[in-house]
Amino acid sequence: MELHLPNRLWHFHGGLHPEQHKGFTRDKPIRSSTLPDQLILPLQQHIGAEAEACVQVGDTVYKGQPVATASGYVSASLHAPTSGTITGIEDRPLPHPSGLSGTCIVIEPDGRDEWWPERPAPVDDYLALDPADIRQRVRDAGIVGLGGAAFPTAVKLNPPSRHQIDTLIINGAECEPYITCDDRLMRERADLVIEGVRIIRQALGIQRVLIGVEDNKPEACDAIEQCIKDKKLKDMKLLRVPTIYPTGGEKQLIKVLTGREVPSNGLPADIGVVCHNVGTAASVYRAIAHGEPMVSRIMTVTGKGVNAPCNLEVLIGTPISHLVAQAEGYTDQAERLIMGGPMMGFAMSSDEVPVIKGTNCILVARSNEVENPVQAMPCIRCGRCTSVCPANLLPQEMYWNARARDFDKIQDYNLFDCIECGCCAAVCPSHIPLVQYYRFAKTEIWALERAKDKSDHARERHEFRLERLEREKKEKAERLAKKKAALAAKKSKDGKTKDEDAKKAAIAAALERAKAKKVQAEVQPKNTDDLTEAQQRQIDEAESRRKALSEHKATPEEASEP
Amino acid sequence: MQFKTTSSPYISSAGDVGSVMRQVLYALVPGTLATIWYFGWGVLIILIMAILFAVSLEAIMLKLRGRPIKPFITDYSAVLTAWLLALALPPLAPWWMVLIGVFFAIVVAKQLYGGLGYNPFNPAMIGYVVLLISFPLEMTNWLPPRMLAEHQLGFMESLGIIFSGTPTGNLTWDALTMATPLDEVKTGLSLDRTISEIRQSPLFGDFGGQGWEWVRNWFALGGFWLIYKKVIDWRIPVSLILGIVIISTPFFILNPDSYGSPAFHIFSGAVIVGAFYIATDPVSASTTPMGRWIYGAGIGILTYIIRSWGGYPDGLAFAVLLMNMAAPMIDYYTKPRVFGQRRQGP
Repeated sequence: MELHLPNRLWHFHGGLHPEQHKGFTRDKPIRSSTLPDQLILPLQQHIGAEAEACVQVGDTVYKGQPVATASGYVSASLHAPTSGTITGIEDRPLPHPSGLSGTCIVIEPDGRDEWWPERPAPVDDYLALDPADIRQRVRDAGIVGLGGAAFPTAVKLNPPSRHQIDTLIINGAECEPYITCDDRLMRERADLVIEGVRIIRQALGIQRVLIGVEDNKPEACDAIEQCIKDKKLKDMKLLRVPTIYPTGGEKQLIKVLTGREVPSNGLPADIGVVCHNVGTAASVYRAIAHGEPMVSRIMTVTGKGVNAPCNLEVLIGTPISHLVAQAEGYTDQAERLIMGGPMMGFAMSSDEVPVIKGTNCILVARSNEVENPVQAMPCIRCGRCTSVCPANLLPQEMYWNARARDFDKIQDYNLFDCIECGCCAAVCPSHIPLVQYYRFAKTEIWALERAKDKSDHARERHEFRLERLEREKKEKAERLAKKKAALAAKKSKDGKTKDEDAKKAAIAAALERAKAKKVQAEVQPKNTDDLTEAQQRQIDEAESRRKALSEHKATPEEASEP
Repeated sequence: MQFKTTSSPYISSAGDVGSVMRQVLYALVPGTLATIWYFGWGVLIILIMAILFAVSLEAIMLKLRGRPIKPFITDYSAVLTAWLLALALPPLAPWWMVLIGVFFAIVVAKQLYGGLGYNPFNPAMIGYVVLLISFPLEMTNWLPPRMLAEHQLGFMESLGIIFSGTPTGNLTWDALTMATPLDEVKTGLSLDRTISEIRQSPLFGDFGGQGWEWVRNWFALGGFWLIYKKVIDWRIPVSLILGIVIISTPFFILNPDSYGSPAFHIFSGAVIVGAFYIATDPVSASTTPMGRWIYGAGIGILTYIIRSWGGYPDGLAFAVLLMNMAAPMIDYYTKPRVFGQRRQGP
């Protein structure tokens, strides 16, 4: 029986039609990158725990040999992208918006590109594999999501049993401007993608697959559809989705293809969906059918800042400068270096950082292409941001509250449902860097929460300390009292000392002086002294009334007291 | 190689605040030309004067507040405020009234609250209401449209009246001015005349006043263009006019002698200009989609209430200011359903 495959599409609120700029590279076939002099592998290039290095400086490694192992369930291992020598395990600048450094394994290639003899044997009958076996192989291959977030794929192949998964969604939307690597992959290697999809479907134990590709990639759509047709695959369908940024966002694509909304704070699995990128599917296929771990990926090098924009298959760890050299170097318009797409990528200060598993694009652009030359103006509440927000938030309200540092109120406006897609900032006539404000607010809230946890802990410790001090003080006082009593008993035998007499005399004199002062104060006239008889009578009456009242009032109160 | 870093998104967005304001100004041009055609040179003189006052006061205030002058002058917001205020003033208002109105609009209602983007109230309407309350007599000195005027004032004559404050030669205010259609209705009704009797006056045209309604058509045309260009949100004008229709229809059906028709209310007074150009001022309006419906409808309904039972012939300015006050609360309670907040779908 065939499962229901939809013929219609849904849509999400808002979105944009940014200029595509895909013409730079959409017709450039995937080319293999040359070997660089050095490969730099950050231990942290995925979501989750940092991998642990399992090699030493000086070791010789083969291509595909593990150099760092996953250190937890949500983690991914790393493999040597080519054969060579480990020349360092040291801090290097990371491809990260912070620009911080982190531990990296540095490999000097030997040029032989020799595969590791112990790598997993290729599996021909991969569709007969047990799901647990597939997951283990995917995990051993260090595969992470190639769409950009780099979440360990094995984890997503193992959704908690409480979720009833019924649909696998394959994301080939590629909605960001400039990027064409998934487009090229689908056009040139549709077979790899589809076979990977079949393996993933097998691992999840489900049948229904929806592949979403934006309709600005007709060749890719045709290639995938042809492949499905040739293989006579059932329950698998490609849907051409309208080209609206950010259709490639996981939540947005699921909505467009199924009409279901991933709940706020939830996962796709909550609504029976698992979503993988087309590139991830191809990597899964290679890992299982060919026994090749994730050592390379396809990416786009583009923009007016490079002479020959191209799509490259590169080894993980290749320095960006090496890629730029293969795009025939920088032009004189190279003013900004962006990793990822222009909407959600981040600018980097140096091209000495490496490509990591999640890197899908390097954009080298002119400054006036990618930023506004004029200064930001105040928000005029025009509401354009509201009309484009794919999460249906009120960006202008979040902006006001972020500015005012009102972190409670900003959560009323669902700050954490913001996917930082950048639509709001792209349409803002005042050119306010809105996304930056939201990132700031999120970071501050996380910091406050951490600080609160810390302070709760500190308070507990402080209270415990106070208690201890109190106890010690009491004990000390008791000891002292005992000692004093003993001393006093001894003193009473000796009689009063001379010193004590002098003190007593001084106190007596002081008391005398105070008394004299008090008497003097009393003699001073009051304003009630010169009263007429009538006034005095009035006062007396009032006094008596008050007295009666207060007595009356006091009684019930007193009665109520225990 | 080293690069400068900035934050995402890396896309240069088209347009700026200045272009938004300029488009509104372009949209105002046909209606303004029609107003000049029907009501004479005074309209143009006051318009230019108001713009000069507004830009000068804005520059002075920016200087005093230590803000950069150029970006805030070239955003054209002061020009727009002055333009809208000028359209609300009688065509021969004395120069000092223009100055006072612009002062309250630009200095008090806008700059003292923090300038562009920070004003809770519509500046032009603050300026207008201050004048309406302070100088009720001068504010009713409206001229008749050209087809009803006995004397067409020349440019110099208009200039003279605006600067001297009184008509020169053998002209008098009584001879020059005429009640507006809404004034006429208000006075007529207070004299126990019926609407149909009042409408016998040559002042009235098909829906609103003669001449007046044509001016409204031109302003509406500009408004449609603004909606088409997505400069303004369609919800506010539509809900404002709907609000008037909804509240005026039952009264008109039940008692057409005492209550004007919905069309009369829409084509009279400030409703068309208000719906497309004043209520849509983004800074002081509601910003949520649902909130804009409530905000617009509220202005329409309040305008009708003030016109029908209040002390003023027109009430749009008050209605706008009242709804300005409510806008932050409306926004808070009309937050849209956030993606994924409640489960939806098949």
